[in-house]
Amino acid sequence: MMLEIKNVMKRFEDHVVLDGISLDVEKGDVVAILGPSGSGKTTFLRCLNFLEQADSGEMIFEGTRYDLNKAKKSEITALRRKTAFVFQNYNLFLNKTVLENVTLGLILGSRIRKQEANEIAIDALRRVGMADRLSSYPVQLSGGQQQRVAIARVLALKPDIIFFDEPTSALDPELIGEVLSVMRQLAEDGMTMLVVTHEMEFARNVSNKVLFMENAHVVESGSSHEFFANPKSERSREFVNSLASFA
Amino acid sequence: MNGRLWGILADSFPKLLGYGIRVTVPLTILSFLLALVISVIVALIQYADVKVLRQICRFYIWVIRGTPLLVQLYLVIYGLPSIGIVLDAFPTAVLVFGFNEGAYMAETMRGSMESVSRGQVEAGYCVGLNFLQIMMHVVLPQAFRTAFPALSNSLISMLKGTSMAATITVMEMFRQATVINGRVYESLGLYGEVALIYLAFCTILTALQHWGEKKLASYGGTRS
Repeated sequence: MMLEIKNVMKRFEDHVVLDGISLDVEKGDVVAILGPSGSGKTTFLRCLNFLEQADSGEMIFEGTRYDLNKAKKSEITALRRKTAFVFQNYNLFLNKTVLENVTLGLILGSRIRKQEANEIAIDALRRVGMADRLSSYPVQLSGGQQQRVAIARVLALKPDIIFFDEPTSALDPELIGEVLSVMRQLAEDGMTMLVVTHEMEFARNVSNKVLFMENAHVVESGSSHEFFANPKSERSREFVNSLASFA
Repeated sequence: MNGRLWGILADSFPKLLGYGIRVTVPLTILSFLLALVISVIVALIQYADVKVLRQICRFYIWVIRGTPLLVQLYLVIYGLPSIGIVLDAFPTAVLVFGFNEGAYMAETMRGSMESVSRGQVEAGYCVGLNFLQIMMHVVLPQAFRTAFPALSNSLISMLKGTSMAATITVMEMFRQATVINGRVYESLGLYGEVALIYLAFCTILTALQHWGEKKLASYGGTRS
């Protein structure tokens, strides 16, 4: 098992956001985390990279145990070197060019020489089809292009797993496709991914596992094929059917 | 207007300008650099919420903003010698102007840093940067751009404020004007003249501000 997440709890004051979420991830899994807005999906993902501090819960990642409530700074840094995070609103460094956005972590974080960092970065940008915009600044790009650069930024760091937090939710409909096709390619290349998403086509066709959450609980988790073809609980069935009516 | 006045103004102009360039400008630059360093450090400490140090920073800002500049100048030049600290007039002026404007600029910097989106910091952590690297390469450059017009205000106001150094015997441009006036009694002409030179200096700074804003805008384009 690459990643075991056990019993994550989190509350904001007296509002329970995560009530004992667990998940197992194998290498190469693409897990779609689904559920209505406010169900805690994003918070769950952020807890895994210590962007939020969980109230309790633990995680075993590649054999190392992390207490999600109180990990040491050095543990968090070590974890973040092997994981990567793609944000809903891209969060590209606004004062840096496309190339610098990708090289900054390599040069300062991973201590790679600039020349080599540039080569790695250009390679990563080529994979997402953005190698022709090296000297553009984020505000000069469309949302879809920014998100692809953000994906290149994490690919360059060669993570073992990538967390995607609603990577297409801020995009205009016509720009969603270009980001999803990059993610589909990653999945085919065997990248392990946890994806909070509302894109059902992606969940159905690209992901192999589903974690369906509602009101801070896991309603259903398991194979994505099973989930869509034969949902176990009444609530999952409703969810899947409501999506079918849109299609 | 008579020939005598024109003669006085023509004679005094190069002297005043000379003191302006040799004293007022360096005094402004040194004080502003000191203020800039102080403001960044004080803003960083507050942004990072460093315990104890943060309280000290708030205390510094409270005291400096709550007392007159002139009183601060007098305290240092005339007050401190009684406890054995004797400073020359020029370094006193640099220190007091620097620490004084630094308190205002620290608030400008803090506000600008807080206006940088939290996501920029999170993205920094997620690509493996540490806190200081994120500050130096991501937050401060963006904050500096937001703060630039307000910092330019501080610089312009400081340039004029250096005239107050005259009260603690620094021979800068304004004090030179009072000295010349003491001999020739042409207050309207001489103070008018020195005012025009300050205006010219500030006009140059304003032009520099516009140029700087254009430079800094290159990575921003229009704000989205």
